[in-house]
Amino acid sequence: MQRKSLLASAMTAAFLIAAFLSPVQAQDTVKIGAYLPMTGTVASYGQMEWDGIQIAHEMKPEVLGKKIELILVDTKSDKIEAANAVSRLVEKEKVVGIIGEAISGNTMAGNPISEAAKVPSVSPTATNPLVTQGKHYAFRACFIDPFQGEVAARFAFNELKAKTAAVIIDIAQDYCVGLGNFFVKEFVKLGGEILSTTYIQTGDQDFSAQLSAVQSTNPDVIYAPNYYTENALMAKQARDLGIKAPILTGDGAQVDALIDIGGEAVENMYFTGHFHPEAATTERGKEFIARFRKKYNKDVDAFVALGADAYFLLVEAIEKAGSTEGPKVRDALATIKDFQGVSGVINMGEDGNPIKSMVINKVEGGKFVYVTTVNP
Amino acid sequence: MTLTIFSQQLINAVSLGSLYALVAIGYTMVYGILRLINFAHGDLLMVSSYAAIYGITIFMLPWYVSFPLAMVFTGVVGILLDRAAYKPLRDAPRISLLISAIGASFLLENLALVIIGGIPKAFPRPDMFARVITVLGVRIQVLTLYIPTLTLILLFGLLFIVYRTKTGKAMRAASKDFETTRLMGINLDRIIAVTFLLGSTLAGAGGIMWAMKYPQVNPFMGVIPGLKAFIAAVLGGIGNIIGAVIGGFLLGLGEILLVALFPGMAQFRDAFSFVILILVLLFRPTGIMGEPITDKT
Repeated sequence: MQRKSLLASAMTAAFLIAAFLSPVQAQDTVKIGAYLPMTGTVASYGQMEWDGIQIAHEMKPEVLGKKIELILVDTKSDKIEAANAVSRLVEKEKVVGIIGEAISGNTMAGNPISEAAKVPSVSPTATNPLVTQGKHYAFRACFIDPFQGEVAARFAFNELKAKTAAVIIDIAQDYCVGLGNFFVKEFVKLGGEILSTTYIQTGDQDFSAQLSAVQSTNPDVIYAPNYYTENALMAKQARDLGIKAPILTGDGAQVDALIDIGGEAVENMYFTGHFHPEAATTERGKEFIARFRKKYNKDVDAFVALGADAYFLLVEAIEKAGSTEGPKVRDALATIKDFQGVSGVINMGEDGNPIKSMVINKVEGGKFVYVTTVNP
Repeated sequence: MTLTIFSQQLINAVSLGSLYALVAIGYTMVYGILRLINFAHGDLLMVSSYAAIYGITIFMLPWYVSFPLAMVFTGVVGILLDRAAYKPLRDAPRISLLISAIGASFLLENLALVIIGGIPKAFPRPDMFARVITVLGVRIQVLTLYIPTLTLILLFGLLFIVYRTKTGKAMRAASKDFETTRLMGINLDRIIAVTFLLGSTLAGAGGIMWAMKYPQVNPFMGVIPGLKAFIAAVLGGIGNIIGAVIGGFLLGLGEILLVALFPGMAQFRDAFSFVILILVLLFRPTGIMGEPITDKT
């Protein structure tokens, strides 16, 4: 009897302490979750974005007088893992805001879950329009694909003087399919001709058959809006086959691994991108670049900059809302104006899509070189 | 389609097919002798590619030293794999071995992921393999000539070992009946170790060739080659070494022709391979060169 009551009182005490402790802890910090591909086929994106988020956290570690706690979950570059990651952040970690994912397909897997839980999310680099369409709590820090595809088409037609194009699309990625479609639409509208459209799949390594078919039509430009690994291998095989047409691609290519793997074959590859350090205009951007260079001893990539911007946007919205409640933060995010981000000035437009300028970069001498800026 | 384009596609097909064949030889040999589908075979390709890279970048070895060393290293990893994952299950039902093989495959992939990280690495391709020659308007990467040559050399080497040496005789005996082979005074563990050494060294050769052709290396690079080699082996008649070579060539030819003739269907390339696998299993489970199915417990 005595032992039982001792046990009961000990348990009551434990419960009391636990009940007392947890709200105190919760009040101490503001939890922001991130779900990113740290491993798998697009790991470069996630790792770069995480680097950016951490520097951003260093620059602004507090909001509403509380410390910000970052929680990272790896999505392994996989759609199912991405959905699980968001569930975990929402249910177990009780985060007030979410950063992620890096690519469109995975963000579309994760968004419905944060949407249902009324937790605002900001993806650094998911550029497919469908990512935020019809969603109330989903935002992003980057421009969207229609703009990117159109600018690519205009650049190909006006600057590269291309009258004919071949399109090679990774059918497994919503991002690549979207970009391809918008490019084709605009290129045809301008008076160009699409000679062939062929498909590949994420993880494919042999493109010789597709490229031989492309070669037989001899296009002025190849539009291949795919991710960096496929792009690097494809460029190599294209050059081996003697294809000389310039290759034009999207923002997914601006990763060091592209140059590591592609080497000379990716020289003169053009791509539409979010950012180049040379084009950095904001004070925040300059400070960020300086800090990043000091810590990592290398230049800031678009993915690093956008990772940071996703963080800054969330924190700014929490501050503006004066609260961490989902609906209030969401409203603050939706009305962000003239926000001085690392990647440039951000105005939140319709559907949680920022309106911002785009840069065109190319590979030259084993480096990403800034070509020009295009405003919306 | 002009003749030049057709010839180019044919070259592409030979190039891809010989690579599948090279990987399939090792796959099918291990199956032929142990009746074990070694799902970790593809991951041994990955091990060998990384070993070759590190030999060059960390130990500063020239490629002609680093590549053979990487193959030997992979052979040793294969033996260790057998000791750890398959030997304890020697007398267990076949399905346990299969599950263990799948586990070993995941283990290798994730181990590489933890140790090396997920970002793909470039493979240092020696210049002499990267050259491209032009014959009558058809561009041929010299690697496309080396890979089938190497495949044939390894094929004949393997056939010699299996059919002309004492160890080979013991291997063939083991493939018929473990128990009786043991009773005949043959050290079964040694024979199995040799089998894994050979099979994994072949995987090592395949890995290096694969990485030279598609010079991008990541922890999951072995998955697709492993699957394709498995399909090639089944198509040729799993367990039959010559069949593996034929199956590999046919699979490469089929994939390239699919894309060449129907460019809009290119995304169904992997699906095409799996359809072949299913059709073979349905209508001719023993494959092209297959022996009739025998009962062996």
